[in-house]
Parts: sequence; C-alpha cells; structure tokens
Amino acid sequence: MTTTLNTRTWSVGDQLPPLAIGRISRTTLALFAGGSGDHNPIHVDLDVAKAAGLDDVFAQGMLGMAYLGRLITDHFPQSKLQSFTTRFAAITPVNAEPTCLALVTGVDGERLTLDLRVELSDGTVVLNGQAVLAL
Amino acid sequence: MAISPSAIGTGTPPVAVTIERGRLQLFAKATGQSDPLYVDPAVARAQGHQDLPVPPTFLFGIELEQPDPFAWITALGVDLATVLHGTQGFSYAALAYAGDTLVAESTITDVYSKKGGALEFIERLTRITRDGEPVATLNQTTVIRHIA
Repeated sequence: MTTTLNTRTWSVGDQLPPLAIGRISRTTLALFAGGSGDHNPIHVDLDVAKAAGLDDVFAQGMLGMAYLGRLITDHFPQSKLQSFTTRFAAITPVNAEPTCLALVTGVDGERLTLDLRVELSDGTVVLNGQAVLAL
Repeated sequence: MAISPSAIGTGTPPVAVTIERGRLQLFAKATGQSDPLYVDPAVARAQGHQDLPVPPTFLFGIELEQPDPFAWITALGVDLATVLHGTQGFSYAALAYAGDTLVAESTITDVYSKKGGALEFIERLTRITRDGEPVATLNQTTVIRHIA
C-alpha cells in the first residue's frame, strides 16, 4: 500500500535519505545546553562527569532526538507530525559521529509511520523510536 | 535509596515561558538546523507561518526555564549524577511559534524498579498549553542508576 504526503508517494519499506550529523564537539554540547535549556552539568563539565565515574562528558539524549526531528522536518511539514517518541538506548559519547535513519513501516489512508534510529559510526544504536504523521 | 510510591500523582507548579526568537535561533545553531524556516522569520512568514515555528523537541525545555529545574527529582532524594533519560515522547495538538507564551505542567504518573532495585524508573507526563488550549503532551521516563 502507498500513500501520498508532501507531494511524493511513500510505501512501506521506503527509507528517508540518511542524515549524517558529523562530529559532536564539546562546543555543540555547550550550545545545546544553552539552546535546549537543559543545563545538567554532566554533559558539559568534565569534572562533574568524572566525579560520577564516567571517563568523559556525553551528549544530551535530547540532542539526538533533535537531530531526528530535523530528519523528519527535512521531508515533511512539521504540522503533519502527530507523535514522536524515542528510547535512549545507549550513551552518545562526545566526538561521536551519528547518523539519523528513518524507515517507512506503516501507511494507511490517514497516517504514515516511521521507525527512527540514530546510529554511531561503529553501528551502535543510541536512539530508536517512532514518528506518526497525519495525511 | 528507593523512591517512595507516594510520589505518584504529585505534580510541579506550572511554568510559563514566552518563546523568544533568539532562543529558537540558538537551538537551530546547536542542532545544525540550516532550514531557514527555523531561523529566518521572513522565510517563516512567506511559508504561511506567523513567526518562527517551535521545532518538535524544543518543547522539552519549557519546564526547565526555572531557577532549579531538577528540584522535582532531587526532592525525591535522587543524585542528579545518577540520572539518565530513558524515553521521551511527544504528542502534538498544535504548532507553537516565537512570541507564544507556553505553560508546562507536569505530574509523576509512575515509579517502579528493575534488577532488584539497581535501576529505578520515574514516569512523568507534561502538558504544554497556550491560552489554556493544548499544544502538546510529553511523556518522559527518567532512569536512576544505583551503582554498587
């Protein structure tokens, strides 16, 4: 079954073009702390991360979800987005190079469902989730 | 330390935030967003929007706009350094824009543990409204790691 959204026809099994993010720098983590309002120091302060038993800071989970949001709005009007959920499966280390992936897993007369994934270059899945778009 | 189930049903006071263009532009910069719809108000208007749209996940930050945004969790006796974000969900009712005043109000909906208490979970629901009308509902799972 196929469906039309945003002037193109989508079928189950279609993939959106992968969104390669590039290296997540410490500067990115600092900017995202300010931009998102999540000032949890574990993402930007190495002393805090080490005191918590970690080797280094790591990316905010919501940064990965924001990247997936970019992938969605690159291809669909945001007004069509009905729901968007993710599970944070693993930590995204600073300096990781994630890629966002989306696969069409459902189409019916009213909705299009995407399975979403953020992968690191070694194949580790750090986020997975789902988005539902209205037609 | 186990979180008391009595936390279930407790809420936090509503937080009201007026969305600033500059914050949305910083969010765009931080997330590598180059689509001018999200950074240039003239482009947003030309595409039929009243101002810069609030991107899908920005709404997570509304309730963080307060002096101690993590007070709700530290009040449960949780050390912030042991906290991980487990899941996050959004259900959308309407687009929000720069200039809108949004209100976030959260309630703890469940508390449970796994692995013999080594992991504790807190489920929260946050309603985002504008002039009393729904904009989005957020569902969040917070995980607390108890390191032996």
